[in-house]
Amino acid sequence: MDLTTTYMGLKLKNPIVPSASPLSYNLDSVKSLEDNGAAAVVLYSLFEEQIAHESGELDHYLNYGTESYAEATSYFPEPEQFNLGPYEYLDHIAACKKAVDIPIIASLNGVSKGGWVQYAKNIQDAGADGLELNIYYIPTNSSLTSQEVEAMYVDTLAAVKEKVSIPVAVKLSPYFTSLANMAKRLDQAGANALVLFNRFYQPDFDLAKLEVVPNLVLSTNWEMRLPLRWIAILYNNIKASLAATSGIHKTEDVIKVMMAGGDVAMVCSELLMNGVGRINELVSGVEKWMEENEYVSIDQMKGSMSQKSVGEPAAFERANYMKTLQSYKTLI
Amino acid sequence: MERKKITIDGNEAAAYVGYHNSEVIAIYPITPSSGMGEMSDAWAAVGQKNIWNTVPHVAEMQSEGGAAGAVHGSLQTGSLTTTFTASQGLLLMIPNMYKIAGELTPTVFHVTARSIAASALSIFGDHSDVMATRQTGFAMLASGSVQEVMDLAAVAHKATLESRIPFLHFFDGFRTSHEVNKIEQLSLEDLKAMIDEKAVIEHRKRSLNSDNPVLRGTAQNPDVYFQGREAVNKFYEACPEVVQNAMNKLAELTRRQYNLFDYYGAPDAKRVIVMMGSGGETVEETVEYLSERMEEKVGVIKVRLYRPFSEKHLLAALPKSVESIAVLDRTKEPGAIGEPLYLDVVTAIAQAMNSENKPFEKMPKIIGGRYGLSSKEFTPSMVKAVYDELKKDNPKNHFTVGINDDVTFTSLDYDENFIIEGDGVVRSMFFGLGADGTVGANKNSIKIIGEETENFAQGYFVYDSKKSGSTTVSHLRFGKKPIHSTYLIQSSNFVGCHQFNLLEKFDVLEKIVEGGTFLLNAPYHKDEVWNHLPKKVQQEIIDKKLKFYVIDAYEVAKATGMGARINTVMQTCFFAISGILPKDEAIEQIKKAIYKTYGTKGEAIVQKNYQAVDQTLDNLYEIAVPAEVTSSIELPPIVSDKAPDYVKDTLALMMQGKGDNVNVSQMPIDGTFPLGTTKWEKRNIALEVPEWDPEVCIQCNKCVMVCPHATIRVKTYDKQFAENAPETFKWIDAKGKEFDNKAYTIQVAVEDCTGCALCVEVCPAKNKQETRLKAINMVPQIPLREQERVNWDYFLEIPEYDRREVKIDTIKGSQLLEPLFEFSGACSGCGETPYVKLASQLFGDRMVVANATGCSSIYGGNLPTTPWTKNKDGRGPAWSNSLFEDNAEFGFGMRLSIDKQSEFARELLVKLEDKVGKELVEAILNAEQRDEAGIYEQRERVAKLKSILEKLEGDDASNLLAIADYLVRKSVWIMGGDGWAYDIGYGGLDHVLASGKDVNILVLDTEVYSNTGGQMSKSTGMGAVAKFAAGGKPTAKKDLAMMAMTYGNVYVAKVAMGSNDLQTLKAFIEAEKHDGPSLIIAYSHCIAHGINMAKGMDSQKAAVDSGHWPLFRYNPANVLEGKNPLKLDSKAPKIKLDEYFYKETRYKMLTKADPKAAKTLLDQAQINVNNNWKYYEQLAGLHYSAPTNGEDTEESVN
Repeated sequence: MDLTTTYMGLKLKNPIVPSASPLSYNLDSVKSLEDNGAAAVVLYSLFEEQIAHESGELDHYLNYGTESYAEATSYFPEPEQFNLGPYEYLDHIAACKKAVDIPIIASLNGVSKGGWVQYAKNIQDAGADGLELNIYYIPTNSSLTSQEVEAMYVDTLAAVKEKVSIPVAVKLSPYFTSLANMAKRLDQAGANALVLFNRFYQPDFDLAKLEVVPNLVLSTNWEMRLPLRWIAILYNNIKASLAATSGIHKTEDVIKVMMAGGDVAMVCSELLMNGVGRINELVSGVEKWMEENEYVSIDQMKGSMSQKSVGEPAAFERANYMKTLQSYKTLI
Repeated sequence: MERKKITIDGNEAAAYVGYHNSEVIAIYPITPSSGMGEMSDAWAAVGQKNIWNTVPHVAEMQSEGGAAGAVHGSLQTGSLTTTFTASQGLLLMIPNMYKIAGELTPTVFHVTARSIAASALSIFGDHSDVMATRQTGFAMLASGSVQEVMDLAAVAHKATLESRIPFLHFFDGFRTSHEVNKIEQLSLEDLKAMIDEKAVIEHRKRSLNSDNPVLRGTAQNPDVYFQGREAVNKFYEACPEVVQNAMNKLAELTRRQYNLFDYYGAPDAKRVIVMMGSGGETVEETVEYLSERMEEKVGVIKVRLYRPFSEKHLLAALPKSVESIAVLDRTKEPGAIGEPLYLDVVTAIAQAMNSENKPFEKMPKIIGGRYGLSSKEFTPSMVKAVYDELKKDNPKNHFTVGINDDVTFTSLDYDENFIIEGDGVVRSMFFGLGADGTVGANKNSIKIIGEETENFAQGYFVYDSKKSGSTTVSHLRFGKKPIHSTYLIQSSNFVGCHQFNLLEKFDVLEKIVEGGTFLLNAPYHKDEVWNHLPKKVQQEIIDKKLKFYVIDAYEVAKATGMGARINTVMQTCFFAISGILPKDEAIEQIKKAIYKTYGTKGEAIVQKNYQAVDQTLDNLYEIAVPAEVTSSIELPPIVSDKAPDYVKDTLALMMQGKGDNVNVSQMPIDGTFPLGTTKWEKRNIALEVPEWDPEVCIQCNKCVMVCPHATIRVKTYDKQFAENAPETFKWIDAKGKEFDNKAYTIQVAVEDCTGCALCVEVCPAKNKQETRLKAINMVPQIPLREQERVNWDYFLEIPEYDRREVKIDTIKGSQLLEPLFEFSGACSGCGETPYVKLASQLFGDRMVVANATGCSSIYGGNLPTTPWTKNKDGRGPAWSNSLFEDNAEFGFGMRLSIDKQSEFARELLVKLEDKVGKELVEAILNAEQRDEAGIYEQRERVAKLKSILEKLEGDDASNLLAIADYLVRKSVWIMGGDGWAYDIGYGGLDHVLASGKDVNILVLDTEVYSNTGGQMSKSTGMGAVAKFAAGGKPTAKKDLAMMAMTYGNVYVAKVAMGSNDLQTLKAFIEAEKHDGPSLIIAYSHCIAHGINMAKGMDSQKAAVDSGHWPLFRYNPANVLEGKNPLKLDSKAPKIKLDEYFYKETRYKMLTKADPKAAKTLLDQAQINVNNNWKYYEQLAGLHYSAPTNGEDTEESVN
């Protein structure tokens, strides 16, 4: 049985790829992901903003209160070198490459064009097999038009593509007026893959303290419906590979992603909740399902339920919404 | 050989030589020597090798006494060993110095000479400390400049090995230790060339070694001890020649020739000054001026080798023509016939004149004088005054110079206008705040000028004694020749004022020369600046025909992401205006310096500094100075007219930086000062202050509890006061049954507030319409200043709540008590002072405080003012600081004394029962004084007693009258930091805990030596980076509480106000109530933790939540009730240690400097926390039964 798949030009032994998460913070857990069957690993994201923040923070606090009082002109020894900037991350890539055989896909979140490009080059030089651009942007500025926001995505991708030769994926949010068009533009700008979708951490309120609190909620299974739909719609409309992320917890989810036209199914919450051993279970689950249902390869099922391939393409469009409501009503 | 020119301070010069000549270095922090130990530790941490190509071992000890012991041991076992110290630290080394010298053991102690604490502590420079060691047998070598420090340190290391005499190499604290100067660095090859390897091997051969064992350190009897002491004489006789040879060797290498006594001046001088240290530089400069410009026949002898004192070399150095000599000592020996150097010189010359070969035809007149104590300025005008005095037929002996002694008239008059600074040296002064980076920028500028141009450069920095809102004055000189001016700039070509409001506080243009340049950072448009200047400043600019430049540096800093740090902006302005370097080159050099300074902290920091440089020049403007003064802004008075005379006449001079003008008669004879003086300073340092919203307030009083500066206060009072209040005075109905029909006000002293915002952070009340607002919100200070000044004064007039009616065991109640510790100079947001203030609220009216040296003694007792204050009855904490190491014993002595006087008073009372009246006597003797009402009633009784005693005759009555106040219970508090309690003072602390006496010990635990700049203590947590623990502290924090609990009769509490304020309060009350020793260990967040101080209470909470700082109280009284004495007041750790650690730079920086070590130490620390918690939990769960009078019962056995 052939479980292989090709994602952003990388030949993978199966379609299960852990997405960017704390699971890749250290080398041991990256090894463990490989040992448990992951076909590739997307490393946690390198945040340009965080690097600048850490730099600023360190500078601020090492200076804070210094040269103010004769007995204490400083409060800390100053090491000759701090391991700041992307170096820790880059060292991690290199260490991962040395330690595991599966492809290592780095993830990057920049803030400045210079930062995106520079760090992308650094990541390539560190030996990453691919790069995922984690374009995480909440456009709260009311004078910023949707065209400008979209151009920012496309320009960022183009700038990075110009400087690196490793495959580049773009992780998107679903919040575009015309997602299909956006996907096409990114495809044309050279994206080797689109990762659908980024789950933003939505803030919550603490009613006791009357404060806004960040609140990490792990995905639930139903969330995979959104990427499933869009993969089904985009399949064969763009050249770029497609990855589904959000809500993939079960064997059936992986099968569905493949059938929609995805090249890989990315998992995170499931592993955080139930351990990395779930990767093996998912892989063998897929294998078992294929056996039971007489599929011989992933390629065989890939896109079989995409909008182009299903009997009712309109099921993925607006009418679908109406029908869902109706079916919901009949339940109550 | 071309040697490297470097621009460093004296400490670095000494440490460089000391480090590279040593294998073992034992250290302990003490200002101003700490830098030498810190540098050595940092070099060792990165594997810097010494001249034998091996990395020295650097060990921090628990005290200087400990360091000296370790040095002694290391020397005895053959290692080349050094240490660095000063002042009290050196005194603690004296016993070992006798031993080391007695055993003829080569070593060099590098000492930044500093004042000794007498009637007051001083961190500044003079020779009081080194003079106290002149009898130990150490050789003493004095350096007077940064270059000399490097050179003579090398001479000392060579000479000690060859002479076998240990050396004390000293230089003036601050003036030399902290002066930055361009010098020629001795290469490691030079240092190696200086050392005679044979002498090293001889040293090794003498070491204690079980393969060739000897006995050393015997006890001797009257028969031989004396002879043994005399057995060393030949080594001392030979030593001067050994030193001279070492100096000659250095001269061979460097062409800098030193002699045991160096003479400068006219070969036929008639008047000569003899002295040691940095002052010699100023004298040399003055001699040159007097000789060249005034043709005076004067000279100076700079004493290099003070011990062994070589009469022969002194006499050889003195010109034969000398008629009168002034020997200047930088020390004071009350009661002596003269100061030490004077006595030595007199003796040397007198002995020689009594010999066959008289060196002079006639005995010269020799007078002695004191100068420069505690870094008192020593200027050319003072030097001239000394030379002028020497002209007189009957010159004043035992004079002083530099002060006005209007009591015993020892002082020489000097002409302040005799200024010899002139062409050839460019002088620049910069006024700034500690927080704005002015000093750092100037240190960079000196490096640029010194190392990137042909110029010689010198920098010296003056700080005030506040830890918040402190001002700094930088003095920079540069020119084509080496700079020897070891005094502050007296006439400046350039003045930079980096803070506009300093124009109101200081006369920044006082020293500027006519036609000089004035650079001002002003928060105004260039066209408006002139009209915002005070009248006096405008007048000075016009009168002195100054070139006037302005920049809005904060705007540039803000625009380039620099925040409040204007250092780079102002530095760029200085280079742009001063023209030291061509503009482009200057910018290139500044950027190079930026890269060097900030490169390790990331590209983002470098880039924003670069941007600041680039944007500065576009925003720098020269202002056309109008011909006429237009301003009507007068400078405000330094203190209010309402202040007491002593504050107005004396303390105010210190406040405005004119303390040098205080006369001797204005100083107390015994170091005693009045309380309650910070309130007159009105520093106005906060840009934002808290504003109270009565409608939102829930009246919890938590804001009052946490305020480190006691600037936010609460009162509950009769409504009549509210009705007559000023218009903007805020009040609301007080909540709570006990406050029925009362008004409630929270009032802020906006002029004293430091703007830390801790109060806002702890405020639990939220505005229901706008949740970003609380009941306390930070708002700009200036618009509120006038109105709140009036409101504050009114608030103070409202009567305090009756202490007898306060529920002191509630936060709300306790905070109605008046704080008797207010407006200290502690850091904004200080984590220590809320505890100190709380103690003052609860017990201040009956408190005596023994305060260990450290932050708390500085913000508590550094002139000009003190935060300790009195209540309206004139009662308040009586406070004193003895030393660093003896504080527990000091407080213990107070307790003994108070108890004795109380006992004596009770005895007298019984004796006088017939005259005083039985009822009153019994009431006094049997009074229960464990609460406010009890204390109050006893005070009433004692007042009655005193009124009776005043009418009685006889010794018993008058004796009792003198000590009757001791019949009222006194609360003894022993306070200090962890450096004291865990390290240097631990032995004493332990003894006092074991004594059973009723003392209350408050450890303000910042887990680091905060006052001396963040050195590791035994309280420092595992994995924390501190000085002397650059690689993260590898060992666990000492559990002082657990150690104290083992005594069983000691009340012990571990508290953290930010985690549980009520537990803190209860601990203070219980500790004071406990009739025996009490120990409260209080988590004190600190600027040395590298945290946002406004979030200090969050740090405390995280420390507790992680289990790093479990809260508990161990109350021996519980045992009597059959209960377990230990009560855990915090829950099992609920967050991982890293969630606490990595909120703080002290831990987080290790993850960036050495991630692997950080991980290892974090993991181990987490294991320790888990284990400790389990242990405490088990202890707290132990079953205790009622006491059984020693008879075992089945129950107690079980």
